Amino acid sequence: MTQWSGYFGLILQGALVTIELTLMGSVLALIMAFLAGLGRLSRFFALRALATAYIEFFRGTSIFVQLFFAYFVLPLLGLELTPLQAGVLALGLNVGAYAAEVVRGAVQSIGREQHEACIALNLGRWQGMRHVILPQAFLVMLPTFGNNAIELLKATSVVSLISLADLTFQAQVVRAQTGNTMVPFTTILLIYFILALLISWGVRSLERRMARGLDGVRV
Amino acid sequence: MSASAPIIKVDSISKSFGSFKVLDGLSMQVMPREKLALIGPSGSGKTTILRILMTLERIDGGHIQIDGEQLYHMERNGQLLPADERHLARMRQKTGMVFQLFNLFPHKSVIDNVTLAPMLTKGTPRAAAEKRAMELLEMVGMADKAKAMPAQLSGGQKQRVAIARALALQPKIMLFDEVTSALDPELVEEVLNVLWRLCAETDMTMLLVTHEMGFAHDFADRVLFFDRGRIVEEGKPDEIFRNPKQERTQGFLKKIIAAGHRV
Repeated sequence: MTQWSGYFGLILQGALVTIELTLMGSVLALIMAFLAGLGRLSRFFALRALATAYIEFFRGTSIFVQLFFAYFVLPLLGLELTPLQAGVLALGLNVGAYAAEVVRGAVQSIGREQHEACIALNLGRWQGMRHVILPQAFLVMLPTFGNNAIELLKATSVVSLISLADLTFQAQVVRAQTGNTMVPFTTILLIYFILALLISWGVRSLERRMARGLDGVRV
Repeated sequence: MSASAPIIKVDSISKSFGSFKVLDGLSMQVMPREKLALIGPSGSGKTTILRILMTLERIDGGHIQIDGEQLYHMERNGQLLPADERHLARMRQKTGMVFQLFNLFPHKSVIDNVTLAPMLTKGTPRAAAEKRAMELLEMVGMADKAKAMPAQLSGGQKQRVAIARALALQPKIMLFDEVTSALDPELVEEVLNVLWRLCAETDMTMLLVTHEMGFAHDFADRVLFFDRGRIVEEGKPDEIFRNPKQERTQGFLKKIIAAGHRV
């Protein structure tokens, strides 16, 4: 038993790395999603083209290859990254590309009449976006952002391939040292699942809080 | 009043949506403080002219002057150039608009709906903006709902808030686009009462697109009858409603009366 508790300690350390990666990756993904999502709606062709190129490229190539590129190829170009930095970069850029389309779709789902009210009240384009359109669009984005965050959580397991000691990596270590396959992998399966549940729950409660008052029932 | 210059001068403007010509060489003038009712069948261009004055639609040709300045053109070194966003923003300060479907911001409380634009566009401090907003909400009879969310209000209440919101920017010209058309019949009165108060207590120029013929008759100084992108007939309410000269005006009014509207 004492032996197993040591191995569980390893797996918990891995869980912390996975959580760290998920949080940092999500922040980068969120930033990229808004930059590229709003970029696609820009009046300026260059911004639209740039945003579209980013989205299509990162959606269209494998996250494995992106990660390997960040970790193994960028150093050749003079950019040395730690495994954690490479992981956050690849995960954030990859998931950000998907989430950018969520931002664009949500902004476009806000009715024309809201834009017209902004013009009639003489709000500038950015003022209207910031104070009227985005707050309403954000509520539309939230459920899909929840999906994206769970996708990102699950994708973190690829970083074990560049020797970052996340959940999956630690499970491999435990398996190698104990010869037991069932215990470590069942354990991390459960931990991934619980983390995903936490994300779902967090996003849902945020959604409830933000929707308060909008339907005239809950205040 | 007759001695002053028109506050709105529309000079042979045209506007098409695809191949459909909504406005066809339309010209009109509005004097300061005048109350105008725009009536006519749907698709006749009456709403479009309001939307053009609010810069929600662009014109294909012609000129518009508001308060002595070109709306869609700017004079630079004696040349008329198409207006840029800054020019439009400055011109929009003169005009406010109330929509058929209220267009309130659903994520903001009643008072925040009213204070948002003054705080953002004029830099009014929150305290001053809220004080002014409460005065306006008082005037439209909505002060007790200042903290409510739009979704908790009836249509008539929403529309009164929308009117207060437009007034908060102190426009010289107010455009009302079928502001009672989306309301249940028993809620129409409360909105019309607010318009009466505005008429009595302010000296704004008001343009009203409406199907409430009785109200148009009592409220307006002048009635314009629109059909197929043109003003077919205009005059004092009594002339238009009691004694229309044009056949199309007569036909339209007959249909409206048959539909049960009071004139």
